[in-house]
Amino acid sequence: MGLADVKQGATEARLAALRLPAGGCLAAARQAALARVQTLGLPGRRDEYWKFTRPDTLTETDVTKASVFVSDEAPMFDDFDRLKIVFVDGVYDADASDDLSLEGVTIDRIADVCGQDIHWAKDLYGVLEARGQAPVARPLAALNTAFAADGIAIHVTGTPSKPINLVYLHSDEMSDAMVHHLVRVEAGAEATLLENGPGASRFNSCLEIDIADTGKLHLVRAQGRDHERRAANHMFARLGKESVFKSFTLTVNGVLTRNESVIELLGDDAIAHIAGACVGDGDFHHDDTVFITHDAVNCESRQVFKKVLRNGATGVFQGKILVKEGAQKTDGYQISQSLLLDGDSQFLAKPELEIYADDVICSHGSTTGAIDEEALFYLRSRGIPTADATDLLTLAFLAEAVGEVEDTDIAADIVARLEGWLSRRR
Amino acid sequence: MLEIKNLHVKLEDEDKQILKGLDLTVEAGKVHAIMGPNGSGKSTLSYVLSGRDGYEVTEGSATLAGQDLLELEPEERAALGVFLAFQYPVEIPGVGNMTFLRTAVNAQRKARGEEELSAAEFLKTIRAKAKDLKIDADMLKRPVNVGFSGGEKKRNEILQMAMLEPKMCILDETDSGLDVDAMKLVAEGVNALRDEGRGFLVITHYQRLLDHIKPDVVHILADGKIVKTGGPELALEVENNGYTDILAEVS
Repeated sequence: MGLADVKQGATEARLAALRLPAGGCLAAARQAALARVQTLGLPGRRDEYWKFTRPDTLTETDVTKASVFVSDEAPMFDDFDRLKIVFVDGVYDADASDDLSLEGVTIDRIADVCGQDIHWAKDLYGVLEARGQAPVARPLAALNTAFAADGIAIHVTGTPSKPINLVYLHSDEMSDAMVHHLVRVEAGAEATLLENGPGASRFNSCLEIDIADTGKLHLVRAQGRDHERRAANHMFARLGKESVFKSFTLTVNGVLTRNESVIELLGDDAIAHIAGACVGDGDFHHDDTVFITHDAVNCESRQVFKKVLRNGATGVFQGKILVKEGAQKTDGYQISQSLLLDGDSQFLAKPELEIYADDVICSHGSTTGAIDEEALFYLRSRGIPTADATDLLTLAFLAEAVGEVEDTDIAADIVARLEGWLSRRR
Repeated sequence: MLEIKNLHVKLEDEDKQILKGLDLTVEAGKVHAIMGPNGSGKSTLSYVLSGRDGYEVTEGSATLAGQDLLELEPEERAALGVFLAFQYPVEIPGVGNMTFLRTAVNAQRKARGEEELSAAEFLKTIRAKAKDLKIDADMLKRPVNVGFSGGEKKRNEILQMAMLEPKMCILDETDSGLDVDAMKLVAEGVNALRDEGRGFLVITHYQRLLDHIKPDVVHILADGKIVKTGGPELALEVENNGYTDILAEVS
């Protein structure tokens, strides 16, 4: 069955405006990804997983202008001991970046990988993205695999002494960027990856994460404060036996954000936690779309997503846990909640469970509500002014998600930034 | 200290008059108790004084040291020195007890134009006061009232009172849900705060709390009005004979 005419037309138009980067050893992967885009077509409003989020500005050929946000706040992770890798509008900036050598890890530019005949990245590039296309199509990720010209490949073989920090600067208000990163964590190895910044006016990122048995990866993302930027971020992770993957994403502002996470638990006793906190004011649309597959015994997955919305902001959560036949002793938890600070904002949630094993614990909950009047009065009766009390309760609402960040310094910094965001809206 | 004159209060949402001309004066340094049957308006009085939404004052006044309370927001009343110990303290997940208390103490100090307490000063004070109330470090760290037992919640109320040092303390059925030992502990906490400059209004159903917090004056509230005022012996009379006799006598 072919694509609907409209979809085919839109897809062809977009593809016609793009050029495949030099492929080298990744050429075949790029060609295969291009074929996937052609088969799937770019997302349209009638697609099941795009009903709550308009894909137009993410798919159309022309990028919508997004002014560059100038902040007087120090960028996140600035005072951390880290290995910094800078991308400006999606292009690697060697001068602004640190030297890429660090014990316990090998870091290469994807652009350099292409020039080599043999590289570990060849076995991962586009592989998890391709696996993640069924049962739900993610054509923007395939588009990324085909066309992303930059990105890095991180091979974790030990325990690096400091986190690797990808910094995404936005400088051109018409920038349209795609970056594709790979992370391979070997058995027994452990690393922390930090990402921050808006990326570009339109940003399409794809992160493929392959964690071998007993490997561990921690990921903390902060998506900048630019108001007008649009982003489609994809994260594909595959977890081996007794491996651990923990991720947290902070989203502050941004006219459109789609964060897709596709996690496969393939080895027994693996653990995946993914969490997110977002705060949006006015022209803000934030979409968390999550798909977790349990395909091994005694694995644990945990999703914690919290959204604070005001002045007509919209939050979307589409989260699924699929427990395959034989994935006994699965422990799956999913919570998505929104706090609406006024009557104009909305939260759209679609939690899904699909379970084919009979000895599992899976729970999911989704709530939307306003500030608790009882709690507000209690705080005010102790002398805390309404605005302070409201902020305190808002931060309390976000606390469960921020609590997923294991590094207490980072968690405290996130809380401070959220406090700042709230206090600027008094 | 607290002066209430001819206070008439109805529910905002329905046409139901709760207080019907209540007069009451609580002097600094004194403990006044209010007793009364269910539905007489005891809790309404405490909520109206602390500024909770949902009540409409149709007539009368309430002042604290000469300042009109009824026009003020709850936080302004608190800064003036009004404190309500809740009958059902509210659980606030995600807000640490310590953070909550420090925010409250400093918000009140700021509102009064006083310097805020430093973290060290605050810690020192709260540790001493928590110890008196047998509140351990864990209870201070936990979210406000979350997972606290009935007794712990009430002790936490008294700890807040001790930290905020209000001028006018209103205790709304602080004895409810407490066993004898917990009640003693709470009463000791209250007694420790008795001071020449501070007034107390103790609202209760039962006389037994008043064995531990000895009142100077006892009022009987019925159908929205104070119907009888006397000394501590009045509470004993209620305990022995119930409200029926007193109500029959005054009607």
